[in-house]
Amino acid sequence: MNPQYQYDIFVIGGGSGGLTVVDEAQMLGKRVGLADYIKPSPHGTQWGTGGTCPNVGCIPKKLMHMTALIGEIRHELTATGWQGIDPHSNHDWNTLVNEVQRQVKGINKANDDWLVTTNGITYYNKLGKLKDDHTIELIDKDGQSGFVTAEYIVIAVGSRPSFPNDIPNVKQLTITSDDLFSLKKAPGKTLVVGASYVALECAGFLTGLGYDVTVMVRSILLRGFDQEMAERIGEFMKIQGTKFIRGTIPNSIEDVEGKRLVKWLLNGQEQSDVYDTVLLAIGRSADTQNLGLEQVGVQTNKESGKIIANESDLTSVPNIFAIGDCVQGRLELTPTAIMCGKRLIKRLYSNGNQVMEYSDVSTTVFTPLEYGCVGYSEEAAVKKFGRENLKIFTSEFTPLFWNFANRKGTCYAKLIVKKDDDIVIGFHYLGPDAAEVTQGFGVVIKLKAKKNDLDNVVGIHPSVAEEIVQMQTWK
Amino acid sequence: MQITQEFDFFVIGGGSGGLAAAKQAAIYGARVGLADFVKPSPQGTKWGLGGTCVNVGCIPKKLMHFAALAGELRKDQVEAGWIHTNLQGKHDWIKMTENVQNHIKKLNFQYKNQLNKKEVKYYNKLAELEKSNIVKLIDKEGGIEYVKSKFILIAVGGRPTYPENIPEIEKKVITSDDLFWLPNSPGKTLIVGASYVALECGGFLNGLGYDTSIMVRSILLRGFDQQIASKIEDYMLESGVKFIKEAIPINIELNENNKKLVTWTQKGVQHSEIFDTVLVATGRKSDTNKLNLEKIGIKINKNGKIICTIDDRTSIPNIYAIGDCVEGRPELTPTAIKCGQLLANRLFGGQKKMMCYQFVPTTIYTPLEYGCIGYSEEEAINKFTQNEIIIYHSIFKPLEWNLLDSHYAQACMIKLIIMKQTRRIIGLHYLGPNAGEIVQGYAIAIKLGATKEQFDATIGIHPTCSEEILTLSAIKGIDNPQKEGC
Repeated sequence: MNPQYQYDIFVIGGGSGGLTVVDEAQMLGKRVGLADYIKPSPHGTQWGTGGTCPNVGCIPKKLMHMTALIGEIRHELTATGWQGIDPHSNHDWNTLVNEVQRQVKGINKANDDWLVTTNGITYYNKLGKLKDDHTIELIDKDGQSGFVTAEYIVIAVGSRPSFPNDIPNVKQLTITSDDLFSLKKAPGKTLVVGASYVALECAGFLTGLGYDVTVMVRSILLRGFDQEMAERIGEFMKIQGTKFIRGTIPNSIEDVEGKRLVKWLLNGQEQSDVYDTVLLAIGRSADTQNLGLEQVGVQTNKESGKIIANESDLTSVPNIFAIGDCVQGRLELTPTAIMCGKRLIKRLYSNGNQVMEYSDVSTTVFTPLEYGCVGYSEEAAVKKFGRENLKIFTSEFTPLFWNFANRKGTCYAKLIVKKDDDIVIGFHYLGPDAAEVTQGFGVVIKLKAKKNDLDNVVGIHPSVAEEIVQMQTWK
Repeated sequence: MQITQEFDFFVIGGGSGGLAAAKQAAIYGARVGLADFVKPSPQGTKWGLGGTCVNVGCIPKKLMHFAALAGELRKDQVEAGWIHTNLQGKHDWIKMTENVQNHIKKLNFQYKNQLNKKEVKYYNKLAELEKSNIVKLIDKEGGIEYVKSKFILIAVGGRPTYPENIPEIEKKVITSDDLFWLPNSPGKTLIVGASYVALECGGFLNGLGYDTSIMVRSILLRGFDQQIASKIEDYMLESGVKFIKEAIPINIELNENNKKLVTWTQKGVQHSEIFDTVLVATGRKSDTNKLNLEKIGIKINKNGKIICTIDDRTSIPNIYAIGDCVEGRPELTPTAIKCGQLLANRLFGGQKKMMCYQFVPTTIYTPLEYGCIGYSEEEAINKFTQNEIIIYHSIFKPLEWNLLDSHYAQACMIKLIIMKQTRRIIGLHYLGPNAGEIVQGYAIAIKLGATKEQFDATIGIHPTCSEEILTLSAIKGIDNPQKEGC
């Protein structure tokens, strides 16, 4: 403990990464400070502790996605003999939002209680800003400043949705994922601008809840993901009723009697339509403005605003670290931020020597037909190893329960295998419960399992996951 | 005796194992024949090609389990904002079974097609061994023909057993052979047994709205991890299933309305109650008694199961046996399939690989599903002693369960059993939703010798139930398995 400073470690940002650092440091008896503050969205939306994931990310997203899926089961309910089911019944938005917010606030409260009652943690609901390499300025909602000092500082400020800078009044006329999960009025006829997983997940569950949804895509879907899988996701969403406008972006958005008149150019022609809601999901930017980074000397990528940190999470200032979404080159995921935070504290205080690894991280996109993946996309594998050195197994299949109500569409699995050593370098699964199916395979890929190892294991029957250990045909 | 056809490979039994072996052998160009004949149940139930799994096992079971779970979701629907969900809506048994049976019939047809395409000759006849290379085939009118084959495969599977202490029991009860084809709803049901069949059926019948009781002689799920078995029981009790423990039926009488008056003793005291249906699920026996095995010299054990070497040979050199009818094999479809394929590869494909029965993953589709790989806690302690193992445990609540103020907050559990020295995982137990889907991937990792550290180093997918398996830190005997927060 260095008596020169008030805190052993001060964390700016109480999200997945930040709270983990606070928890791990506190468990080792360190004096920990945390500043977490939500700058309201352009519409004034704010939320409590926990960061993006529990408030405006993973958690509410999954609850809404599940609600849409639960609604779809009405078709199976009738086919499996349940009476009195109205397959066309509507959904009440406010019931869902209230329920989602009830859960979110439950998490906020649990976090707050823990922060306030745990010895060794001092929590400031204030905006943190670097004053110098050991001093943090804390600004409250009325603009009053205070200062604290710390031996180590960890920046874990995450990111916020980006806005295009060429559409006038865009911030007033559109909403983002910051606003969607607490929207007081049902979104109605919605235009989703973007092709990120955020865009597709939101468009997916909004369609499932019964809204007229259109997705406007500049070029490709799910950039960075396997494109065969991305297109299949898009096809499935079309079967569900989501409309796509491909190859364009909005030129203008205007308020017309409370609705949104959106204009765009397609094939040289101007087109337009009126929507109740325009949801922007074109990307996220690191929330590093006004953090005092420049004057303290923390280097950032000028274009993206992301902090540059080495593999030990150290910035250009010797005692200042950065983890999570705000750092260049990191995966924007909760579990990676958490593990990164844990390993950082181990290295700082417990002789740990592991740095975070970002390869072969399993993820899932919670689109109406879910997509779980680990390892290389087909494009990345072909680029790195050459198509002739790969064997790509594929399988189309139908989950057992889809037979009840004759669901349309097919599920699909793909394994990318290196010919020379039979190692499975890419796992792709498009079907129900993708995340639950994929997780175990995350371990398998990390173990550098061979295709033969997958074939040797006995399937669990009946399941969808067993399809993966029975793949015998290749492209 | 006239031989009507000669084969390289003749399969007796068109279930999971038999069909897989036949199709695989045909790929190598072998002349393959297959005989499948379903002896009607005592209640007269019959079914088509495909064996137990497709007709009276895994498939209809899972469909009905799904139907019950779907019904449960109505409550979540209401909480999540779906309007006009009639929570009081009753279940229409006939509608469900019609849909289930349509699917099964599609599969029966698909299998016939597959055999046709692969040029496997299919006989819908009852087979008997005439000589070690000659099979007698009897059709349903009693017509007989004989076929000769270089190799014979017995894959006749098993059928439900009946308790022996109640006179004419076969007329008064149904089994899983009959349940999925019951023309009318089972109504108030008593299930006798504590096997996974008993619990799975009891689970979905209760979920579909029927008054369900399960009568258990001693423990539930013998052979499975008993802590998990106990939690499965707790969950079923919470769901409304009634358990009659430490009891066996001593008499069943049909009353004038064709209902069943069941009498049983429990702790020395006699009880009785009337049920619409009694479903017996006390075990299965190998379907080998009419095969003429003794005459040919094929050794069987006292339960009728055929005794085989590890490469599936019986005591007669050219006769093989796989699947449920063989001693010591797990009674599962995927193991029978794989075993059949590997056998065909060895007989006709010049390959050597044998079936490996270590770390076979399974899932029980009780209302709260249970997926497991490897050693149960009891087996691990028995084999390795408590000192050599460490058990990690966790009680968790799936995110989606928060939609309802569910009283099942402590229902879901994960147990990971590792070897202290090597940190190798030797047992994984997951009790919670989507168990089958979750456990499959881990089976490969465990078979490869994965350690706890390798699990922990794998990043989770958030939010899922499965990621809980990668973040276990509480040790049984030292730490509380519950944790909070997102």
